[in-house]
Amino acid sequence: MSPLIREAERTLLEPAGLSRQDAERALGRLAGAGADLGELFLQSRVSESWALEDGIVKDGSFSLDRGLGARALSGEKTGAAYAEDIRPEGLANAVEAARSITRAGGQQQVRTLAPANASPVHDQGNPIATLGEQDKVALLERADQAARRIDNRVQEVNVRLSLNFETLLVMATDGAWAADVRPLVRLDVSVIVAEGQRRERGFAGAGGRRPLSSFSHEWPEDLAKEAVRSALVNLEAVDAPAGPLPVVLAPGWPGVLLHEAVGHGLEGDFNRKGSSAFANRIGEQVASTGCTVIDDGTLPDRRGSLTVDDEGTPTEPTVLIENGILKGYMQDKLNARLMGAAATGNGRRQSYAHQPMPRMTNTFMQPGDKDPAEIIAACPKGVYAVNFGGGQVDITSGRFVFSATEAYLIENGKVTRPIRGATLIGNGPQVMTRVSMVGNDLRLDPGVGVCGKDGQSVPVGVGQPTLLVDEITIGGTAG
Amino acid sequence: MRQDVDIRQQEGELTGLAEAILRQAKRLGADAAEVSVSEDIGLTVKVRKGELETLEFNADRSFGIAVYDGQRKGSASTSDSSEGAIKETVARALGIARHTQDDPCHGLADADLMAARQPDLDLFHPAPLDTEAALAAAQACEAEGFATDRRIVNSEGAEAARSQSCVVYGNSHGFMGTASTTSHSLSCVLIAEDGNGMQRDYWYTAHRNPEALEAPEAVGRTAAERTAARLSPRKVATGSTPVLFSPQAARSLAGHVIGALSGGAQYRKASFLLDALDTEVAGPHFHLVEQPLLPRRLGSASFDGDGVATAEKAFIDAGTVRNYVLSAYSGRRLGMPTTGNAGGVHNLFLKGRSKAFKALLKDMDRGLYVTDLMGTGVNGVTGDYSQGAAGFWVEGGEIAYPVDEITIASNLKDMLRQVVAVGDDPDERGNIITPSVLIPPPPPPAGPSRYLKRCG
Repeated sequence: MSPLIREAERTLLEPAGLSRQDAERALGRLAGAGADLGELFLQSRVSESWALEDGIVKDGSFSLDRGLGARALSGEKTGAAYAEDIRPEGLANAVEAARSITRAGGQQQVRTLAPANASPVHDQGNPIATLGEQDKVALLERADQAARRIDNRVQEVNVRLSLNFETLLVMATDGAWAADVRPLVRLDVSVIVAEGQRRERGFAGAGGRRPLSSFSHEWPEDLAKEAVRSALVNLEAVDAPAGPLPVVLAPGWPGVLLHEAVGHGLEGDFNRKGSSAFANRIGEQVASTGCTVIDDGTLPDRRGSLTVDDEGTPTEPTVLIENGILKGYMQDKLNARLMGAAATGNGRRQSYAHQPMPRMTNTFMQPGDKDPAEIIAACPKGVYAVNFGGGQVDITSGRFVFSATEAYLIENGKVTRPIRGATLIGNGPQVMTRVSMVGNDLRLDPGVGVCGKDGQSVPVGVGQPTLLVDEITIGGTAG
Repeated sequence: MRQDVDIRQQEGELTGLAEAILRQAKRLGADAAEVSVSEDIGLTVKVRKGELETLEFNADRSFGIAVYDGQRKGSASTSDSSEGAIKETVARALGIARHTQDDPCHGLADADLMAARQPDLDLFHPAPLDTEAALAAAQACEAEGFATDRRIVNSEGAEAARSQSCVVYGNSHGFMGTASTTSHSLSCVLIAEDGNGMQRDYWYTAHRNPEALEAPEAVGRTAAERTAARLSPRKVATGSTPVLFSPQAARSLAGHVIGALSGGAQYRKASFLLDALDTEVAGPHFHLVEQPLLPRRLGSASFDGDGVATAEKAFIDAGTVRNYVLSAYSGRRLGMPTTGNAGGVHNLFLKGRSKAFKALLKDMDRGLYVTDLMGTGVNGVTGDYSQGAAGFWVEGGEIAYPVDEITIASNLKDMLRQVVAVGDDPDERGNIITPSVLIPPPPPPAGPSRYLKRCG
């Protein structure tokens, strides 16, 4: 048995007076009701955050959540029930409620539990415990002081440190038996700068599933510098252009393009139901030939990385688009079974009190061979978009938006003046065919992404090299 | 499966729990403390293509505490209400308070501001958690959607949900407030297809009282009509144009204004309406008012997140800002009394010179009717506004055809001043209640420098 499973049992089962045999008996109840899949998910999550404002750390909060979810799948049907405490009675009630979905008379067997032996893809330490309170407070103060030191136009500085530590255990009638221990840290700096009548905001954040000690020594100062720089750029910004234009996307976080334009549309549930603009298009050209897009939960220490997903399936690199050809979808167990495909380690849930569904982990585009400078020079008139607030997609029509928070005009192949924030809009399957140059500078985002779907939030990563999109509509105000 | 539950029976237990947590905080040395305990019980039934897809039961209890050690604050929360967990959570909150720094504005709201009365706002209308009844409603809703238009070819499902919730807030002034509420809803997401591709849209009904919900068939029919109407959208050329926001799209505009008037945005100087109190920010017919004590409303509450009595008020009256949106903390930061808005607004209404929707279309004559907004392109500090949009092109005062893949851009300060008329069609299904809102283009030569733009 893996040490991870042993640790998860110690954290989740033992304090509740539950044994592995109790859990197996509960699975037997789900299987005995004829479920195609019966599953138990136990989770504990400890979080701590510290917030600085007006130069002082004035609030901190701690939370402890633990609970269990029971699920029975039968054909396309799902029965699910949750209990916010892990106790024998809560387990029994949840199992009975979940199995009410199944028809009487069915009978399935629990397969022998086979412990997952995936090697951890990230650190296993508890970040809350690895640093003392005073050291945490000092991190925030350093960011604040650095931001104020850099420029006297800095008016307000807000800093937040968020630390999470999650332990989960999954057991299912298909023999899945897996545990994961997931740390997650994040430091955010946001500033307001003012000059005359003009005020602007700047932001920088970073994090991942890694110990605080692994970040550079100057972590808080570097983030403060970046937040102030982006705010000052926006003080100079002119009105953004309006209408269709070529756009060069900087490497890294602008990969939110991939997340919205293709990522959501390639999640298994929408394709099984035929509600995605990409449904039934496997094998077709859906992007220009330079585009290879991968979702990979195994990247070391990334915010979107998972050793196993929330159904106990080990994560893997899943090729979504290869040289422009649609190769595959991201699957959880339910959709994989109904589509006759394999689960890809993309079954994720916000917590024990939510149902798993196909979700992205870290989604990125492979690098091409172009020098980034060459890409900008190839664009006589357009926009160079460096940073984004976020995006949104309607997967049925394929329409998606993403909103730039730092962007510049490109004039005669040169990056010139900064422009005000503007929303870019396009159609996923169309925009990807307009990617005409792919840079050799793949970069992953700094670790700040949160993805929302059906009311559930999960941490994700994105990445891409510098890209030229020949035409995308920009929502500016300039003529 | 049918369960007759009444969460009000938990009120006594939850109140007892809140009192025990406050006692524990005092015992551990907190100078002041406030606690919120909540319990939710619910059932969600989802149907897709006529078949049951998901049956989901939830029962959640959690509590959160804030403790004050002098002028220092710490917070903690947990879903575990066992005695051991209470002790640990309170100790954690105090541990944090020992490492935070003094803020003279911290602390409970003044004792004399606590809600003295907790009137019955008629927010509790339980129905049994009956899976068969919920299933039947969802099936009828979706079936009517498919029957309404043959171009409805697919469905993301119809969902019926019922829930009961009880929230107890107490603090060391001795205040203890209780609110038990129900909520019932039915929603339907449909997909239509023609030779030019697929479109999706939805409709829903939501109310405290299940008797007041729209009929399942009406929800399905509206969802189908809205979805089919979006088929074969066109693009439009870039230019300056009047924009009519649907009641649903206008809700976000009211939200941005409230965000800018919130105490947090004001004291952080992160607002496009900075220091706007008693200044004119909109035309004389524009009002933004809060009515927290209306019966049966989704946003109704007699006390706020500080235990302070809520009260009817105007944030913007006849175009002039009359109140910010303040909690005890943000009020102290600004040297003003709280407005009873810790945790937000309660039943916010956008009101104006009201006209029938058809009359608004006639007034607009030619322009964009926006039904759907997308994206995060709103800058709360500057008011710069750039959002993805979809809706309909209006020609000769009539809806002509659907349009898609548009962006609209302007600045919220300008948009607020330009609101000329609103519809008589407020969307009552939430905490922010907005009608259609018409924003004309600026007058050509002498107008403001920034325009509403659409880009095709």
